[in-house]
Amino acid sequence: MTLRQAQGEGRSLLFRRAENEALRQEMERDPRVVLLGEDVAGAAGRAAQGFVDAWGGPMGSTKGLIQQFGPDRIIDTPICEMSFIGAAVGAAMTGLRPVAELMFVNFVGVALDSVMNEGAFLRYMLGGQVSVPMVIKTAIGATGMAPENGGGTAAQHSGSMYSIFAHIPGLKCVTPSDAFTAKGLLTAAIRDDNPVVYFSHRALGGTSMDVPEEPYALPIGESRVLREGRDVSLIGIARMTSVCRDAAERLAEQGVEAEVIDLLSLSPLDEECLVNSVRRTKHAVVVDEDWPRCSIARDVAAVIADAAIGYLDGPIKTVTGAHTPVPYSGVLEAAYVPNAERVVEAALATLRD
Amino acid sequence: MAATVSETAQRTGAPDPHTLRWILEHMLLIRTFEERVAALRQSGALQGSAHLYVGQEAVAVGVCARLNRDDYVASTHRGHGHAIAKGVDTARMMAELYGRSTGTNKGKGGSMHIADTSVGMLGATGIVGAGTPLALGAALSAQKRRTRQVAVAFFGDGAMGQGTVYECLNMAAIWKLPMIFVCENNGYAESTPVEYAQSTPDLAERAAAFKMPAFVVDGQDVFDVYEHAGAAAERARNGDGPTFLECKTYRYYGHFLGDDPHRYRTAEEEAYYRGRDCVERFLAAGVLDSNDAEQIRQAAEERIDAAVRFAESSPIPDRAELTTEVYA
Repeated sequence: MTLRQAQGEGRSLLFRRAENEALRQEMERDPRVVLLGEDVAGAAGRAAQGFVDAWGGPMGSTKGLIQQFGPDRIIDTPICEMSFIGAAVGAAMTGLRPVAELMFVNFVGVALDSVMNEGAFLRYMLGGQVSVPMVIKTAIGATGMAPENGGGTAAQHSGSMYSIFAHIPGLKCVTPSDAFTAKGLLTAAIRDDNPVVYFSHRALGGTSMDVPEEPYALPIGESRVLREGRDVSLIGIARMTSVCRDAAERLAEQGVEAEVIDLLSLSPLDEECLVNSVRRTKHAVVVDEDWPRCSIARDVAAVIADAAIGYLDGPIKTVTGAHTPVPYSGVLEAAYVPNAERVVEAALATLRD
Repeated sequence: MAATVSETAQRTGAPDPHTLRWILEHMLLIRTFEERVAALRQSGALQGSAHLYVGQEAVAVGVCARLNRDDYVASTHRGHGHAIAKGVDTARMMAELYGRSTGTNKGKGGSMHIADTSVGMLGATGIVGAGTPLALGAALSAQKRRTRQVAVAFFGDGAMGQGTVYECLNMAAIWKLPMIFVCENNGYAESTPVEYAQSTPDLAERAAAFKMPAFVVDGQDVFDVYEHAGAAAERARNGDGPTFLECKTYRYYGHFLGDDPHRYRTAEEEAYYRGRDCVERFLAAGVLDSNDAEQIRQAAEERIDAAVRFAESSPIPDRAELTTEVYA
């Protein structure tokens, strides 16, 4: 399936059910696929007492899989990210195709060695002797719901941090932006012979759209143009893509036709898609929930500057999270996360300059 | 410490003649390889990082003597011994140290990443403790694929300070994985003595807390290692779960080639452990004819001569190799 197909086909499906469907279909298709992680089923070993599938994953996206595939393939692990992700690498080298669930991306702090020094590097270090066909599926993002009473999940459970992974050669990184791309990219990640990090934005989990029922893989390394426009390119990642769409609608009300690019893949990066768009619109705004320093936003800006600076009629703008840990307070969290208003301001600023 | 070699040999029944030859061949092949690497470095003929295994040969050889070709080994930064004992070709290993395209890893890994997955050697690693989860994953994979393969994690006393080893002990125990944890306690984590860095004199005690069979083994006695590894491999293949072997041993060289160990240990201590040398004790046990032994020693020298010739005459990598094999 291509990125241009299938919009409007199939039935309405929640983002997290689309992920579930991808996992189920790929596990049916290929007996080498196993899922492991913390609470991917939950209540492990308590079936005799009637407790099964207590959680179905922290976000509920693996719910129901244990009933179909059993504990042999849906493996609840102790809490030890370094070691179960390292074990996924070892299993991937020796004949399985594991999907390892890293509950929240921030938890990579205790697992980076397995991700980088083993998972990403082994193929190269070993002179191509092995491939490491595995997926690290992880939750990212602040919800930005902005309650005045209370807040979100704060600094250690709300990060994006994908630039850390995209920095590492040997890893591929994908960021779906809706249920359709979630199913297609997770399927592609499982079928890929490399370690692929699949970033699942928490605030997208409850969104739904039409998703084809049959299995399909979307190409890793391709971005898509979600809305065409001639005045400015708004480039979004994961949930920021919908922020870009909102901004584009507001800009249209002011007579500005914005093009929206949905990045989808951070590594490899679809430089051609970005550059072609910006050469036409002559203006670019990159929208990224992650921190600004050494970010995908600034990497994309550098790619555009390198390949299209002669076409630009204004500065490349980035709209990012603040360079702070993600705050708890709903008001502060909403201030942290980029929103359509900020994107509109940035677009108008580059059009003005 | 444990019984003498000859006593152990009597207790267990010596390995059959073929295995006895194999054991001496591989202990001498490792020692000859390592001594040659040291000499090449000393003369300036060879550059690059390497950690030598001399002194510890009985551990790798005693364990690998109990493994099949398709069993898995995850190694350490001090990995040459494990590689040779698992059947990796010494010529291709030497070529790897020379950074040549004929090396095991095409010159992209070097000493610290030597691997040959065709004989189950999953690789040395430069990160202390990091081979353990890889071996755990290989054991998990073998269990899921129902192959009766065994995975061995070699690691040192230094790795007993790393959390991942304990995480793996736990998972191997709860899932009854076909795995052998081989802790080579050579007394030093880099320059730091084990009695300073570890709270228990016998590291095997800690594994016992995970409810798996755990033994202190004389790592300078190949028969003691062979006996324990045999029982451990049998448990693993029978679905009875993991075993932990703490092999007390000693490295004769410094931590890395160029490290002077006399900055942190005495000549008397070295002499004591050299007096318990695994090769000498094997020979003293009288289980092989002395002519045979001499022949094996000669053959090892010739193999390593040939390995160096192969390495030195091998092509250097094409510069285009820089960017290949990053992705599958």
